[in-house]
Amino acid sequence: MTAVEAPPVTSPEVPAKRVPWGRYAGVAAVAVLLIGYGVVAETSFSQTIGVLALTMAIAATGWNILGGYAGQISFGHAVFFGTGMYGTTLLVTDGWSPWLTMVPIAVLAALFGVLIGLPTFRLRGHYFSIATLAIGMMVMSILPNVRPLGATDGLSVPFLDEGFWNLTFSLRDKTEYYYTALGLFAVATVVTWLFLRGKVGSYLEAIRDDEFAAAAVGVPVWRYKMYAVAMSAGLTSVAGSFHVMFVTFVDPASSSDLSLSTAIALIAVVGGAGSMWGPLLGAWLVIALQEYTRTYLSTTGRTIDLMMFGALIILVVVVDPRGLVHLIGRGYRRFVRRS
Amino acid sequence: MTLLSVAGMTKRFGGLAAVDSVSFDVEEGTVTGLIGPNGAGKSTLFSMVAGAQRPTSGRLSFNGKDVTGWQPHQAAAAGVGRTFQLMRVFGSMTVLENLTTAAHLRHRSKSAARSFAEEICAFADLGEMAHRPAATLTGATKKRLELARALATSPTLLLLDEVLSGLTPTETAAAIEMIERVHARGITIVLVEHVMQVVMSLCPRLVVLDFGKLIFDGSPADAVKDQAVLDAYLGA
Repeated sequence: MTAVEAPPVTSPEVPAKRVPWGRYAGVAAVAVLLIGYGVVAETSFSQTIGVLALTMAIAATGWNILGGYAGQISFGHAVFFGTGMYGTTLLVTDGWSPWLTMVPIAVLAALFGVLIGLPTFRLRGHYFSIATLAIGMMVMSILPNVRPLGATDGLSVPFLDEGFWNLTFSLRDKTEYYYTALGLFAVATVVTWLFLRGKVGSYLEAIRDDEFAAAAVGVPVWRYKMYAVAMSAGLTSVAGSFHVMFVTFVDPASSSDLSLSTAIALIAVVGGAGSMWGPLLGAWLVIALQEYTRTYLSTTGRTIDLMMFGALIILVVVVDPRGLVHLIGRGYRRFVRRS
Repeated sequence: MTLLSVAGMTKRFGGLAAVDSVSFDVEEGTVTGLIGPNGAGKSTLFSMVAGAQRPTSGRLSFNGKDVTGWQPHQAAAAGVGRTFQLMRVFGSMTVLENLTTAAHLRHRSKSAARSFAEEICAFADLGEMAHRPAATLTGATKKRLELARALATSPTLLLLDEVLSGLTPTETAAAIEMIERVHARGITIVLVEHVMQVVMSLCPRLVVLDFGKLIFDGSPADAVKDQAVLDAYLGA
């Protein structure tokens, strides 16, 4: 090798990035808000909104790894959420602690994800999205015929004694469910953050931005998409596992519906796809909107909330396609510069 | 030592042979210019070397190993860096993030990748733009970033696909100077270009393609006297 010494570097140094105190403060503020909500929320209705929002935030955090970071848009995440719901119900019926079902069932969901990715990730473009849509619909039409899963009747989670180990608490005051959901969300966020922090996160974003260029800098594109779909499906399944313990019932409509898949994607996109806090923000907004319209507009609420979601998507796309988190970030920076 | 060996490389698209049994070797530490008129098959040949396209027939070896039909990420891992004719920067990332991503190929930890990226960033005179989103850069700077990003993978062979085209004279001079500094690092370079004057000054050796066939392999001084080369460029 005729390695010649590199000439001395004369160009300007890279300006150092400052310690992100703002970010630490942001995390602390979010934590205070979330913990505080549990104290303030006294009605069963507001507590339910909190539990559902955090559950969906976990599911959307899972979606976000694949859709937001790796750029592979899935319209079938209800399948993974449903895997969590059904899987945990079956195992709890067999006498497992709900907590112990989460990881094995998440692994199963990850396998489903990999199976979907196996044929579709070799192709670029929208094939994966179309495949997830098709698989979601297939599952939706197969499930009502599967006897061991209760067919159209669904399955009920057996009655368990109240307690943390059984993930069963009082339904009159749902505060315990809320804080359990909050703890689980915190764990999911930390796991996601650790997963995306270094090389993996960079590689997934590279794939999202440009697959050709990613491969040219040594990213094994197909393998990394597989990592992303496995992690994504697993996390969403954990959300499903928790959710079924809260609602104690699962049937095809509540677990694998296309509108659930859309809601998971919508939450991440509205909040901010490809950002850590997007799913959390999106979940609170979408769930609150959904629950309020359902309640106050009674039976007609169901279509009104879908119309509102449509309007929300249009709004986000027009104002800032990167989602609300970026919008807030922009406003914050403008505020800081002025003051 | 021979770093890259292209032997009887052919790529057919239907009945058309975009590259037609081309053979040449590239020695370690050299700068080779791959030139030819539009549609001569330069980019196709490039793609095959970088693993982005599979040859219909022929053999490719790198570092003495047969690597025919390898994948792009395998080429990168083996030490082949490349730029794209149509710039393909990671638009949502900053300049430094672009380089850090590429640096991860040889540096596992985030901090090691980042500090190597910073080194490359300074080397490529991109320091002032380190925290700018890549999508907002000008064309010339994007090209520089592409080159820097390829360098961040610590390549032994660098394939440059028209990094000089579309640049102003000042930008061209800066780019040439940078390519010379890259070469001074001991990196072997093969560059595709059809700006002839630039190639003449940079490359002691030229490989000329026309209609997919290799028509000349030698020094620039001989190339301008070669009848086949003149015919290809001026039209016989």
